Amino acid sequence: MNTTIWGFSRPQVVALLVMIALFVVAPMVVYPVFLMKVLCFALFACAFNLLIGYAGLLSFGHSAYFGMGCYLAAYGAKHWGLSAELCVLLGGSVAAVMGLVFGAIAIRRQGIYFSMITLALAQFTYFICTQMSFTGGEDGIQQVPRPAVLGLLPLDNDMAIYWMVVGVFLLGFFGIFRIIHSPFGQVLKAIRENEQRAISLGYRVEQYKLMAFVLSTFIAGAAGGMKSLVFGIATLSDVTWQASGTIVLTTLLGGLGTIFGPVVGAVIVNTLEFYLAPFGSWVTITQGVIFVACVMVFRRGVIGELGAKLKVAL
Amino acid sequence: MLMVFGYNLGPILGQGVLGVVNGAFYALLSLGLAVIFGLLNIINFAHGALYMLGAVVAWFLLNYLGIGYWPSLFIAPVIVGAFGVLLERTMISKLYKLDHLYGLLLTFGIALIVEGLARNQFGSSGLPYSVPESLRGATRLGFMIMPTYRLWVVVASFVICITTWLVLEKTPIGATLRAATENAALVQSFGVNVPRLVMLTYGAGVALAALAGVMAAPVYSVNPNMGSDVIIVVFAVVVIGGMGSILGSILTGFGLGLLEGFTKFLYPEASGVVVFVLMIVVLLTRPAGLFGKAS
Repeated sequence: MNTTIWGFSRPQVVALLVMIALFVVAPMVVYPVFLMKVLCFALFACAFNLLIGYAGLLSFGHSAYFGMGCYLAAYGAKHWGLSAELCVLLGGSVAAVMGLVFGAIAIRRQGIYFSMITLALAQFTYFICTQMSFTGGEDGIQQVPRPAVLGLLPLDNDMAIYWMVVGVFLLGFFGIFRIIHSPFGQVLKAIRENEQRAISLGYRVEQYKLMAFVLSTFIAGAAGGMKSLVFGIATLSDVTWQASGTIVLTTLLGGLGTIFGPVVGAVIVNTLEFYLAPFGSWVTITQGVIFVACVMVFRRGVIGELGAKLKVAL
Repeated sequence: MLMVFGYNLGPILGQGVLGVVNGAFYALLSLGLAVIFGLLNIINFAHGALYMLGAVVAWFLLNYLGIGYWPSLFIAPVIVGAFGVLLERTMISKLYKLDHLYGLLLTFGIALIVEGLARNQFGSSGLPYSVPESLRGATRLGFMIMPTYRLWVVVASFVICITTWLVLEKTPIGATLRAATENAALVQSFGVNVPRLVMLTYGAGVALAALAGVMAAPVYSVNPNMGSDVIIVVFAVVVIGGMGSILGSILTGFGLGLLEGFTKFLYPEASGVVVFVLMIVVLLTRPAGLFGKAS
């Protein structure tokens, strides 16, 4: 493989530099809060892609972990006065513990059953969230303050928190890239390609799957935690199965199993949502149409198709 | 009044029977899912949306064409079934050679489109659909008084489920279908038109969902969200029962409705999650499901 820095191939380095350049330029053109929303969902989609794209596990209830990350970070900031980085870590850690328990249950079945079980467990989480007192039920957790990073760097300015979001996103993005290209990641791909064979080669497939699930839920929870700090609110809407569906769409549209696909998917899906928001249910209809179009004619997604055309893996 | 463990038996049985009404719908929907899964190997995520479509079609027939409940019980499933056949021919049939996950994603997209269009048309509030004249009033069951319509739902659903099971188990058509589930290529080589069989199976499964939708209209009112509310519970039902057995999915459907009803009496807060809790317990103890064969 034509590797350069940290396992990134040459075209990937170019794409990465373009992406970082866009992060620097974009806030001069686009409303930073919108960009932060895109970045939170992009990181969430990257975490989701780690499962579907590299381990072949379609979790249809990933919003449970993202939403729980939202709640915990918001709760930590509002009631415990935690600093920003601890809020994000708290969101990620609680999501990872949940991922450990739910993952252990879900990996007992394969394929479509795995998807149905994760969906049912997410709905279970949703019901719990409507009943528990710490989530604030239908009201959610509102007026969450934006705590300072390490208690020193204030984030009240939108540009200040923007750079923190960019930082956390890049950390997660690099982390996922390293996971994929580690020996652990290679085993995940082997499991995706041929589970029986991986078992016969002596790999403890269930442990690998569970580890991938926990890593993915940790990053998803951290992404959720950031989102609640940016918007100052955590609500039930991030725990719904519709939110899970949206992240599946984001990743599918961008390109399953591509590194930059989830990011591009998040840009497209959030932009669409922004422009379609005044038309109510047209968001749902458009999402449905994109789903159908992706599955029927566009299975590799935007970045997958682009990569195939340029003959490089992006 | 009878007492059991210090509880009054009347209300428990009452809630249990009302739970069975929900169970009747779970059974009809999981039956359709199981039949479709058996032959097509896809999980029909659009099942809930098509159930809702059945109710919507019945509402249209009543309010625009003046066609009442009884004819709708036949016409709406035929219309929705035809729509299902169209979906299968134009889209789903192109995916059989791919990973099964694509079937799930495609039908999820279809569900979003159908629900979005319905919400666009009717908003999120329910449309009333009145109980047909001949089923109004209540029936005495000894331990409780039950609305006649709900009693009809339970009995009709039970009869439909058992009939479907008998058709699959005891008739030549059912035998062909089961054979095709086992080995489609072999059945095709015996001169059976398997693609047509697959198409009709999907149509029939969808029609079953629409029939459940028409029956549900007077109970829950016609609501664009009625499908997505129920489909996730039905998925849990399918995981609990295991999709290997048709009879299993019927029994699990009714049984879970009953369990939900009891929970509503004993600990109302948990009635929304009891199905999922049971699913977790079953997965930990019998991963293949109560009636499933270990894979």
